[in-house]
Amino acid sequence: MSIFADDKSRVLIQGITGRDGSFHARQMISYGTRIVAGVTPGKGGRDFAGPSGEVVPVFNTVADAVAETGAECSVVYVPPAFAAGAVMEAADAGIDFIVCVTEGVPILDMTRAHAFVRDRGCRLVGPNCPGIISPGKASLGIIPGSIVARGPVGVISRSGTLTYEAVHQLTERGLGQSSCIGIGGDPLIGTSFVECLAAFSEDPETEAVVLIGEIGGTAEQEAAAWIGEYLEVPAIGFIAGRSAPPGTRMGHAGAIISGSSGTAEVKTRAFEDNGVRVAVRPREIASLVQELIGG
Amino acid sequence: MNLHEYQAKDLFRAVGMAVNPGEVVRDPGAARALAESFGGSAVVKAQVHSGGRGKAGGVKLARSPAEAEEHAEAILGMRINGLAVHEVLISPIEAIGSEAYVGVLIDRESQCPVLMVSAEGGVDIEEVAADNPEAIHRLRVDPRYGLLPHQAYGLATRLYDEPKLASQGARAIAQLYRAFVDNGASMAEINPLIATTAGQVIAIDAKVSIDDNELFRHPALAALRDPTTETAADRRAREAGLSFVKLGGNVGCCVNGAGLAMATMDLVKFYGGEPANFLDIGGSSNPDKVVAALEIITSDPGVRVILFNIFGGITRCDDVANGIVQAVERIGFELPLVIRLTGTNEEPARRILSEAGLAAASSMDEVVEKAVELATW
Repeated sequence: MSIFADDKSRVLIQGITGRDGSFHARQMISYGTRIVAGVTPGKGGRDFAGPSGEVVPVFNTVADAVAETGAECSVVYVPPAFAAGAVMEAADAGIDFIVCVTEGVPILDMTRAHAFVRDRGCRLVGPNCPGIISPGKASLGIIPGSIVARGPVGVISRSGTLTYEAVHQLTERGLGQSSCIGIGGDPLIGTSFVECLAAFSEDPETEAVVLIGEIGGTAEQEAAAWIGEYLEVPAIGFIAGRSAPPGTRMGHAGAIISGSSGTAEVKTRAFEDNGVRVAVRPREIASLVQELIGG
Repeated sequence: MNLHEYQAKDLFRAVGMAVNPGEVVRDPGAARALAESFGGSAVVKAQVHSGGRGKAGGVKLARSPAEAEEHAEAILGMRINGLAVHEVLISPIEAIGSEAYVGVLIDRESQCPVLMVSAEGGVDIEEVAADNPEAIHRLRVDPRYGLLPHQAYGLATRLYDEPKLASQGARAIAQLYRAFVDNGASMAEINPLIATTAGQVIAIDAKVSIDDNELFRHPALAALRDPTTETAADRRAREAGLSFVKLGGNVGCCVNGAGLAMATMDLVKFYGGEPANFLDIGGSSNPDKVVAALEIITSDPGVRVILFNIFGGITRCDDVANGIVQAVERIGFELPLVIRLTGTNEEPARRILSEAGLAAASSMDEVVEKAVELATW
């Protein structure tokens, strides 16, 4: 099984005619994702061509796309100035699962979008995230399909390429994944580690969970506490940014140590105190998984 | 992006807040003239992006114009936490009755702006939070409705018993929130907000950080960036759209993705080396970014080896390889290059590199270990 999205999910793409949106729409279609619609204001009525002649209708609004195609999920590739608006439009149209890939969305815009999305009971992943891939089923976002394989490991991460690194090594060792999800590097994100853990814990095929965290904030500590209390399968953790100086933002807007709460040491200790095995180097992630679940 | 106190005060004045007067000067003679115009005495404050200016000697009271000139001269030559002071703000001395703290920032947990007020102002608010947390009152603001009048008034009553002061305080709190939202700030604070002995509530300090992601909406704020607070490398990185942080070691790092860049630095340390920098070339495939990255890294005289760690996803390895080859041709540096490329278009990338006489590995540990070895010898 998988979490949040699978081969039955009917997916639309906001910003499908843009540079990033069109490229990744084709990648997602090639991967087998059911892309049922695209949305670009002003381009409604056109068709978007998939890599093998697939035809995806383009609509002016998400509401039109939902009415015509029954889309339930949306992946947002619109520019930062309009991304929060696009997320709210999707939630308003009844979409219940939204992935916002866009990086650089103003934080005040996101305070409003998060409140709006919460009120409508819909789930947002991101922004500033690589999205989710359920190997062999569906890809919603930008995680390369070539590095994943079907299997029993659930992967949750705040990062993009570091996730690819870890997933690639799992796949090379024959350890496939149930779903891999990048929750985003911004300070305010829609779906937390804990919500992903809860979803994986409901999935009978997930036999181990990998958490890839980084400095800044307290999301990893909250995840560790949840794992200690509820998670029944083994968990393996990694924290990026052990060598980062305090008070300096490391690329991701959320990756900044302020005070003592966001350091790699505090997060590592929280993991260890709750039975999460911690990898010091990225390559150890796959070997720890192997040690804990065989395969 | 952090603003200077005088810039932040201008934003507060623009929303109608009562702020003490003041002018920024760059030479001590002008400080003297201003002190004269204020009736002889003045406060001289360093304009620098650092907390603890007072403790560092960057804030002085002058009882005469001559003293204002002396203080300005001393402060203008000063470095505070490593930052050179180029400007001082000269203001009249206020008769302080009480000092409060008012701040607003984004709270990760509630995903809302949070207002914080404390009657213990004029001191480091983090110390108050640590020693006497109940002295700080917090209020979550629903970002869709903004700060409501009764909420601002409720907070003000935590600061002032006197009704006239409380209503002035409520106005200042509402104005602070408005300035925060209107300018796309990620943090705004007044410390201290004073009540004068004559019963006026005024802001005599101001601190504002603008969310970098909002700057495209506020070109006038973007223009307030103080070029003296940025190194040439920082500026080059910002203009090229790269995330860059100088760290001081000798292994220059060029990575795609912030998480992988941090993990690469960590691995450099693990193998006994010291990273020279954090540098994320981002998800784009533009060879020009790679050239800019290499210019920045090679401009650091401490760097002894350059380490590339690229995991191709959206970033195509062949584009990065082309960028490396172009950069070597254009800037012609002698430093050893250790390259790891894997993922999208890895094979053509290897071909491009080998035609230029460069090699690439595919394991992260292998290249980091090698880079550390080259930097140590």
